[in-house]
Amino acid sequence: MREMRYQNDNKVYVKVEALFLPDGRLKPVAFWWESGRRYGIDKVTEVCRAASLKAGGIGMRYTCMVCGRQTYLFYEEDRWFIERKRRQK
Amino acid sequence: MQRVILHTDMNNFYASVECVHRPDIRGCPVAVGGDEQLRHGIVLAKNDIAKAAGVRTGQALWQARERCPNLVTLKPNYPLYLRYAKFARQIYSGFTDKIEPFGLDEAWIDVSGDNGILVADQIRSRIKKELGVTASVGVSYNKIFAKLGSDIKKPDATTLISQKNFKLVAWPLPVEELLYVGRATKSKLNRFGISTIGELAAAPVLLLRNVFGKVGDVLHRFANGLDDSPVTRADEESLIKSIGNSTTTPRDLVCGEDVKIILFVLCESVCARMREHGFMCRTVAISVRDNELFCFERQTKLSRPSCVSAQIAHTAMRLFVREYGWQKPIRSLGVRCADLIPADSPMQTSLLCDEEGLRKQETLERTIDALRGRFGHFCIQRACVLADRSLGGLNPKGDHIIHPVGFFKDGTEQ
Repeated sequence: MREMRYQNDNKVYVKVEALFLPDGRLKPVAFWWESGRRYGIDKVTEVCRAASLKAGGIGMRYTCMVCGRQTYLFYEEDRWFIERKRRQK
Repeated sequence: MQRVILHTDMNNFYASVECVHRPDIRGCPVAVGGDEQLRHGIVLAKNDIAKAAGVRTGQALWQARERCPNLVTLKPNYPLYLRYAKFARQIYSGFTDKIEPFGLDEAWIDVSGDNGILVADQIRSRIKKELGVTASVGVSYNKIFAKLGSDIKKPDATTLISQKNFKLVAWPLPVEELLYVGRATKSKLNRFGISTIGELAAAPVLLLRNVFGKVGDVLHRFANGLDDSPVTRADEESLIKSIGNSTTTPRDLVCGEDVKIILFVLCESVCARMREHGFMCRTVAISVRDNELFCFERQTKLSRPSCVSAQIAHTAMRLFVREYGWQKPIRSLGVRCADLIPADSPMQTSLLCDEEGLRKQETLERTIDALRGRFGHFCIQRACVLADRSLGGLNPKGDHIIHPVGFFKDGTEQ
């Protein structure tokens, strides 16, 4: 039986560039937003499992500093997603 | 040293998980229910809003919609719930390795030596943060009162039932709150004027033994907080006494051919699981429920132990033909294999039996198990189940991923 996946506007699946470190850790270094623009991740300040009530999902949450702002990047099973900050019109 | 046992219960589990993953339905009355087309349409879980509107677990979905016309009904997403159960286990394992799951959403955790309330609060807070759902935790010195405690305050609360306060907290509760007191036991107890746990605790054990047999002693111990059953580690294989599967069929069964299809489907699932666990059985039982919900079970011995589905299906079919007179169409069928022995047990061969044929059959079925493991259940099927695809299209082994668990592990049916 396969898990049903749910979509919603606040859950934005993104393409991510990540490093698999020799100690087994996974470190995201950049992601591509819907617009196609690439954002480099300056620093990952925290990694923990967390739920995203806004986007609807659970996974490993990477707290990232991107262009001086804090962004949560979630790794859920086999996909990365970001919570949309503002709803699209 | 006094034991410290927690019982965690994730609140409205299926419905809560759905609400985490579907922000659009939060704030609506939500019920998770089986497939109505397959006649499994009952409420499996509901959120608090649906509960306030009168929706109850076990209700038919159409009844629930009558009570709550704007009810959002969802099909269960078991793989997602399993993922949650796994993550919850990981949280518990940060405190101890003595964890005994009780279904997907509940577990007993033995944290003897620690401050139970503190651990319970930490577990609740981690479940909320990491899984987005809430849990109630009961803290006590035995498993029964711990479970009782987790039901007292909901959602997201810790309840302590200690040796000091159990008479105040547990004893005034209705007797049906106690594990193992179902509807039938409750009405029997009520007849003797026992309606609270305290009254059950004070009842003479001889009376309970006369009415309920061995269970009378158990109930007396439970009510008095004398349960000393340990928290079993989940990785300690419990003793399996029987393996069974049953299904409510997509349509009523009206003839022997229909029954044959379902029996083959069920026997294939049961036998595949027997082989997986390394067992053979000596007894085959069938359970039949007609469309007016009258049900019965019959069993028969096999001439030699077996885990071959063709042999077990034919035995089950013979038993069915002998025992059922087709008074009514059938709604649900079950097959159970009991009297299990290890598959490598020495066996008396017979001159009158086609030993070579049986060995070939078993090899064939193990090959089918391997093929299904690699390419999916439906990659290979018996011709007879293709006669009616609506009936033969069931995959009880794959679909039935959540096996019921019993409190008494030595009597566990897998």
